[in-house]
Amino acid sequence: MITVRDLKKAFGDKEVLKGISTVFEAGKTNLIIGTSGSGKTVFIKCLVGLFEPTGGSIHYDNEAFSKMSRKEKKQLRQKIGMLFQGSALFDSMTVQENVLFPLNMFTNWTTKEKMDRVNFCLERVNLIGANDKYPGEISGGMMKRVGIARSIVLNPKYLFCDEPNSGLDPQTSILIDELLTSITRDYNITTIINTHDMNSVMGMGEKVVFLHKGYKEWEGNSKEILRSKNQALNDFIFASEFLKELRRGAGKYMD
Amino acid sequence: MEILASLGKYAIMLRRMISRPENMRMYWREVLRQMNNIGVGSLVIVGIISFFTGAVTAVQFAAQLLGGWFPPYLLGFIIRDSMIIELAPTLSSLVLAGKVGSNMASELGTMRISEQIDALEIMGINSTAYLVAPKIIASLIIVPPLIILSAYLGIYGGLLAATYAGVAPEMFIKGLRYMFDPYNVFVMQVKAVVFAFLITSVACFYGYYVEGGALEIGRASTKAVVNGSILVVFFDYIIAVLLT
Repeated sequence: MITVRDLKKAFGDKEVLKGISTVFEAGKTNLIIGTSGSGKTVFIKCLVGLFEPTGGSIHYDNEAFSKMSRKEKKQLRQKIGMLFQGSALFDSMTVQENVLFPLNMFTNWTTKEKMDRVNFCLERVNLIGANDKYPGEISGGMMKRVGIARSIVLNPKYLFCDEPNSGLDPQTSILIDELLTSITRDYNITTIINTHDMNSVMGMGEKVVFLHKGYKEWEGNSKEILRSKNQALNDFIFASEFLKELRRGAGKYMD
Repeated sequence: MEILASLGKYAIMLRRMISRPENMRMYWREVLRQMNNIGVGSLVIVGIISFFTGAVTAVQFAAQLLGGWFPPYLLGFIIRDSMIIELAPTLSSLVLAGKVGSNMASELGTMRISEQIDALEIMGINSTAYLVAPKIIASLIIVPPLIILSAYLGIYGGLLAATYAGVAPEMFIKGLRYMFDPYNVFVMQVKAVVFAFLITSVACFYGYYVEGGALEIGRASTKAVVNGSILVVFFDYIIAVLLT
């Protein structure tokens, strides 16, 4: 579980996060949504410690992140997996070497144990047989899946995903969403996904936090979104005529 | 002011680089990879440039010295000292600043832009220590022998050119042995170590702190080459003043 209290982040005079409080529970897919520039990526980077917040606190299972020593932060980070928007695979390494990298760095396992784990993770993301390919030789969807395999290889407690569906076709997006949902449930991970893909929001949003102009504007789950009266959220979610029409239909159905 | 800020950032990068490795074997593997990139990857270009530098120096001096009252063996003496004291370390380092410096800056810049460095940090790896330290250590190990080889090839190029210009090889070799001072080799190695450190650390600095996109990677790469080269010639002068 991750508890965020009054989180603030400014770059010079520009305040990007203006006091966000929320709780991300374990075993759930927690989604952060919002328009471009609403502070989603800054928020997620503050959560993982890539940005130093200017105010507020972040607690990982009741342990304050800001009060941790460098060594404790390092230990915590080994429990964190992160899938980046562009996958962030190491170009000079093959798929197998990318997934193997955290194991080589942090475990004393035998080669066989490590290879078993790598193959298990690659199988989990349906990527058997791509071991010797380089990131430049595989598709965007495959890169995302390698990124997921690398982020779960050390059995993380917390999984962060920054726009996991960006640049992917709808079918591949659904596959990635299903994968993230099943991994979250199977391993009871606290998963936090930063997205503006509405399919993901409606399909896997067990908890949805809507950021707007640096504030937490709304939170709830995917079902509650349809009934929400929040204007900013409605403007964001039902931006197209098609979705507005769909909502009117859903409203009638719900009534 | 901007220079001071850059110097501060450079010092912080070097300070952060010094830390206990998460896994010594992985770091050593990275050092070996970098030694291969820097040393083996630059062997041909450094070899060709050194060989022809020695040859051209021999041709130029032969034209001026021979036929006068200077003994022909002086050609060997001149080629030897100019290669060892100045041409091998400085010219090779300038070549390395161009080849290796731009390569390192663009590699790290690309890693920064594509969030690979962030990925390392999230894993709990000190990215400065893992990415920068092996490059600097590798260059400190591999550049001095590379420069010895450069001096050797330069002298050999000089020997061949001098022979073609009419100086007997025995005379040239006599010149090579004439008033040989091993201290000059020491100066050459001091230069090699200092230049290796400057080239790699400056290139890593510009690459590691890239912000923006592809355009900035190009700029960082250019800055790495330009500033690395300027520092090489500047410290060449400092070392010459201090050690001569």
